Amino acid sequence: MPAFQALNRLSAHELAARIAAGRATATAAVRDCLERIEKTDRRLNAFVRVDREEALEEAGRIDRELAAGRNPGPLAGVPVALKDLFCVKGREVTCCSRILEGFISPYDATVARKLKDAGAVILGSTNMDEFAMGSSTENSARGPARNPWDLERVPGGSSGGSAAALAADQTVAAFGTDTGGSVRQPAAFCGVAGLKPTYGRVSRYGLVAYASSLDQAGPFGKDVEDLALLLEVIAGHDPRDATSAPEPVPRYRDFLQADPASLTLGLPSRDTLKGMDREVAAAFRAAVDTYAALGAKFVEVELSSLEYAVACYYIVSTAEASSNLARFDGIRYGRRAPGVADLLELFEKSRAEGFGEEVKRRVLLGTYVLSAGYYEAYYGRALRIRRLIKNDFDSALAGCDCVILPTAPIPAFRLGEKIDDPLQMYLTDLFTISINLAGVPAVSINCGFTGGGLPVGLQLVAAPFREDNLIRAAALFEGATAHHLKKPALDDR
Amino acid sequence: MKDASKNQPLDPSGIEHVAGLARIRLTREEKEKLGAQLSDILGYMEKLKSAPADDLEQLSHILPLKNVTRPDEPSSPAGSEQYLRLAPEREGGFFKVPPVIEET
Repeated sequence: MPAFQALNRLSAHELAARIAAGRATATAAVRDCLERIEKTDRRLNAFVRVDREEALEEAGRIDRELAAGRNPGPLAGVPVALKDLFCVKGREVTCCSRILEGFISPYDATVARKLKDAGAVILGSTNMDEFAMGSSTENSARGPARNPWDLERVPGGSSGGSAAALAADQTVAAFGTDTGGSVRQPAAFCGVAGLKPTYGRVSRYGLVAYASSLDQAGPFGKDVEDLALLLEVIAGHDPRDATSAPEPVPRYRDFLQADPASLTLGLPSRDTLKGMDREVAAAFRAAVDTYAALGAKFVEVELSSLEYAVACYYIVSTAEASSNLARFDGIRYGRRAPGVADLLELFEKSRAEGFGEEVKRRVLLGTYVLSAGYYEAYYGRALRIRRLIKNDFDSALAGCDCVILPTAPIPAFRLGEKIDDPLQMYLTDLFTISINLAGVPAVSINCGFTGGGLPVGLQLVAAPFREDNLIRAAALFEGATAHHLKKPALDDR
Repeated sequence: MKDASKNQPLDPSGIEHVAGLARIRLTREEKEKLGAQLSDILGYMEKLKSAPADDLEQLSHILPLKNVTRPDEPSSPAGSEQYLRLAPEREGGFFKVPPVIEET
């Protein structure tokens, strides 16, 4: 064992503090990450693109700024990885789809710009389910990513590459998007922390859209303090996103110290939580006991509408996707099928060649539920049920600071296990998707491991724009447990 | 209005119709596989009928934001060239597509 700890193993706040104090350099941090990627990514396939030269150049620039006595920002020198759907000027963005291969973004997403302005160094792009459609990162044109805790298992999805990269210490922080659980579920499967902000909390400008009324970008962190720090950097109103909220951004790090006696958690009825894997249920109960032992208060909450959430979500999200993905027409950018005779053939063939199977499935489903004769029965109905779900969360959150739920009903599953049964795959999103439908914020933190050594996620849900409550509750749990400190034994394999 | 439950819309001709609307050309294998899977998924969605939501107002967007405007100030957008160069085919300052109007 080396006497020093490689910088890639640090949390973002630890690394930022070290670099700011002159006890480490951005260049060394980036080098440590690149070395780790080199060593482990053949097995993980977490990155689809590593911008080695750009990252080292940017790190050098930040080191020179620091040497000159300037402050390059709260994330100065912190290496970050972005899911392959954040536009970064001059870099390829593909959403892990064949249809976008070779697309070089002409501009920065607001999240990317804010990260650059804060001094973060972008290492590259991470693997994902094509267009963020999936729960396992198996629907990637670049091949599946793997779970660092067990290489035969999925890292979750759709932001599986970001979660796997962070869990394996290939990066110090990572970002994803969450439309139905795509940050929280991979965070749970990979044993890291992940946060889905309130809808409108973070700008969607420059993020390739999947379902616009549900999509939110969110951070992955090695601990809760990182989530608070990273959210502070990316949150805020953006005139370029008309759906971003003009709410002030608090200093989320101020909520890391909380009095457990002031915390009230909403616990759903036993019936709501049925269908959980036995070991996940045990870890969840242990987490509830931890909070109880700390002195938190509990109230029972009624979330009976969760029963309809999966069906509602796969109507609303696919309807929006079918409309959003209409832009991939083979004309203005992206793949164009060769040798076509007319415009219709150009559209149909370019999309047939460019989209993978899950994307086709969802675009077709969305087209169907919006089509004449079926619109009211499916889409119209789903919008009423979305109201029902939101009302349930409004009532539940009126009586507590956070609702406590499992993140996923099962731990990471094996590659190939669910890929041929899309409905079974969709049902694994049971506990995460209602949160997007309600637009509320939620966090997933590690609350233990199965007997086989797979991480289990605990989910906390708060009222709109009450991310402070997520940070309070999550930090309390983390302070009383050590699950988040455990690392996968990748090197021993 | 048709009653969705009485239709089997994703038989081969149903899936072909939807694929046409979505502008995606499917192979015969895809039609069979996707048609069966989508029928399965739509069957699962039947459970929405029993949800107590008949009297609820539809919710299409979560934030109470309406008519978001900003001052109409000119800015200097990037030139068209950097967008045009992403096109699979172009001619001068135009995106190029197959003929749309037939010559007479």
